[in-house]
Amino acid sequence: MQKLNNKLGYLSSLPMLAIFAMAFFAPLIVVALFSIMPPKVFSLSNAPDFSAYAVFFQQGYYKSLLWSLGMALASTLVLLVVCWPLAFGMAKVFKGFTLVLTIAVVMSLFVSENIRLFGWVLTLMKGGLIEGHIRAWTGNGFDSPLYGVPIIISGLVYVYLPFMLFPLAQGISMVPDDARQAAADLGATRWQIFTQIDIPLAAPGIVVGCLLSFVLAAGAVAEAKILGGQAVITIADDIETAFTFGQDWPLGSALSVILIVIIGSLALFGVSRVDLDKIMGRKR
Amino acid sequence: MASNALLRLQGVVKTFGTFTALHGVDLDINEGEFFTIVGPSGSGKSTMIRLLVGMDEITDGAIWLRGERIDETPANLRPTCMVFQSLALFPHMSVGQNIEFPLKLRNVAPAARKARALELLDLLHLPRNYYDKRISQCSGGERQRVALARALAFDPEILFFDEPLSALDYRLRKTLEKELKDLHHRTGKTFVYITHSLEEAMVMSDRIAIMKAGRFEQIAVADDIYSRPVSRFVAEFMGEVNLFEVTGGAGTLTGAGLSVGPEARQTELADGEEGLLMVRPEYVQFGDADSHFDYAISGRLLEEYALGSRIQYEVETTDGQIITVEKLREDRASVRLGSDVTLGFDAANTHLIAER
Repeated sequence: MQKLNNKLGYLSSLPMLAIFAMAFFAPLIVVALFSIMPPKVFSLSNAPDFSAYAVFFQQGYYKSLLWSLGMALASTLVLLVVCWPLAFGMAKVFKGFTLVLTIAVVMSLFVSENIRLFGWVLTLMKGGLIEGHIRAWTGNGFDSPLYGVPIIISGLVYVYLPFMLFPLAQGISMVPDDARQAAADLGATRWQIFTQIDIPLAAPGIVVGCLLSFVLAAGAVAEAKILGGQAVITIADDIETAFTFGQDWPLGSALSVILIVIIGSLALFGVSRVDLDKIMGRKR
Repeated sequence: MASNALLRLQGVVKTFGTFTALHGVDLDINEGEFFTIVGPSGSGKSTMIRLLVGMDEITDGAIWLRGERIDETPANLRPTCMVFQSLALFPHMSVGQNIEFPLKLRNVAPAARKARALELLDLLHLPRNYYDKRISQCSGGERQRVALARALAFDPEILFFDEPLSALDYRLRKTLEKELKDLHHRTGKTFVYITHSLEEAMVMSDRIAIMKAGRFEQIAVADDIYSRPVSRFVAEFMGEVNLFEVTGGAGTLTGAGLSVGPEARQTELADGEEGLLMVRPEYVQFGDADSHFDYAISGRLLEEYALGSRIQYEVETTDGQIITVEKLREDRASVRLGSDVTLGFDAANTHLIAER
């Protein structure tokens, strides 16, 4: 009976599984196939060639990729440093205030990312909210911090903060208080508790938070476009351009495949190293 | 301030907001002794150990270790160490790494660390191949031993225990109690143990302190606490007891329903002074009209309970007081339930408490 139920269960989930599989794999397969088509064709019925991948190296698209990965890495590291104290507070110190903070952070997600970024532009631009007021009061203006790499990274940090904060807080809440106290009792300094107890025991949260913010930041377009004023071009921007203005689907596909492979293997590596069941609160 | 005691507490006060957990406690703990602090929950014993270890700050008073004030010293700089109730083993480290943790913090070389960890595994009767085991693979009793080994690796001046056995089942607890006592002998360390179980305290301790509502009721060797308690609280806390409300007079004493023989001389109570006459259940005898006891009282046998090696009887006196009697199984009394009995006990087995 139990066996039959199991079978029926699998059987009835089959249609949805099929749809999911198709929706997930079909675009990937199409993109992968297009990436090995000759330049600027719109059909898969051509002899495969790898010229699109050659273009990636020849025409400097690798620079965009490096910029994207570099800025994603930088923003992830900044997020880690910025969010740790906050997450620690949320998990161990704030008690009731944690809920307020959670709601406040989640609320920011209710407004579209682009609108929030434009808000920053209006605030920071020359003659904007800050510089405009200061110039009006003091007569001295200053250059806008906009349109540079640091402001893009700040934008990434600002936009992806929740994706680091919440997994991190979850991870830190898994560090037992008595383990920290025992370490102190056995002679550990704050720094030793941090490196030998907090970090290893919060590792699942750290890995998940870093993966989420890195993956999202590596594929981000809006920060570089809006805040950066295209001071640097991100790989996601290049992909979009190839598909739209460039009308070169094979090139866009090849760039996508490269990004997917790099980020996908990173994500798989990360996920394989942490016990996701543990962070979701399930016991093995 | 110099002092012979290894650890000295002087007027230690701890308050949480308006609540006073410790009311100016004084205590001396000697080098090498097994000292147990016993009290019901809420008596302040857990607060006490947190202060001693350095996880909380005292509100007033002073704590001295070998004549040096340590109450301002944070936990990680105190040469003492605690075995937690939860054990607080590090789940991400192996048994060996757990034990070596305090040594690693002191930058002891890996080979020396491992040698010491293996020594400690031997000392605690754990197989050496446990060195590489994960904590999650260890049973409750094994974890207990790992926690002990880790604390001993720290080589503390004083080893504190915060009810580490309370989560274990009865048999394992009994085994570990004896092992702890044995370990105390072999290491020669000073152990300070906190528990709510008097039985645990009696088995292991050199001296016992009974705590009640943030104060020490009595600090003495186990035998004294058991047979010469200073108060009703201590007497009742230390297991089954019979207490008779008595009044002094003419060099002897009187109590309701209690017939006092000529040899029973209780001069501790002045005329008219009130007190409690204590006798433990195992010293109460069944007798008859011909028996000569220093103290005798008659009543009716209510219940009989088998406690394994002993039998416990409940006798209701004519005044309605319940008296508990305990006999070894081999000395089982041949008295029927509901029948009238005469109970008696000797003055030598009694103790007078000067309070009601």
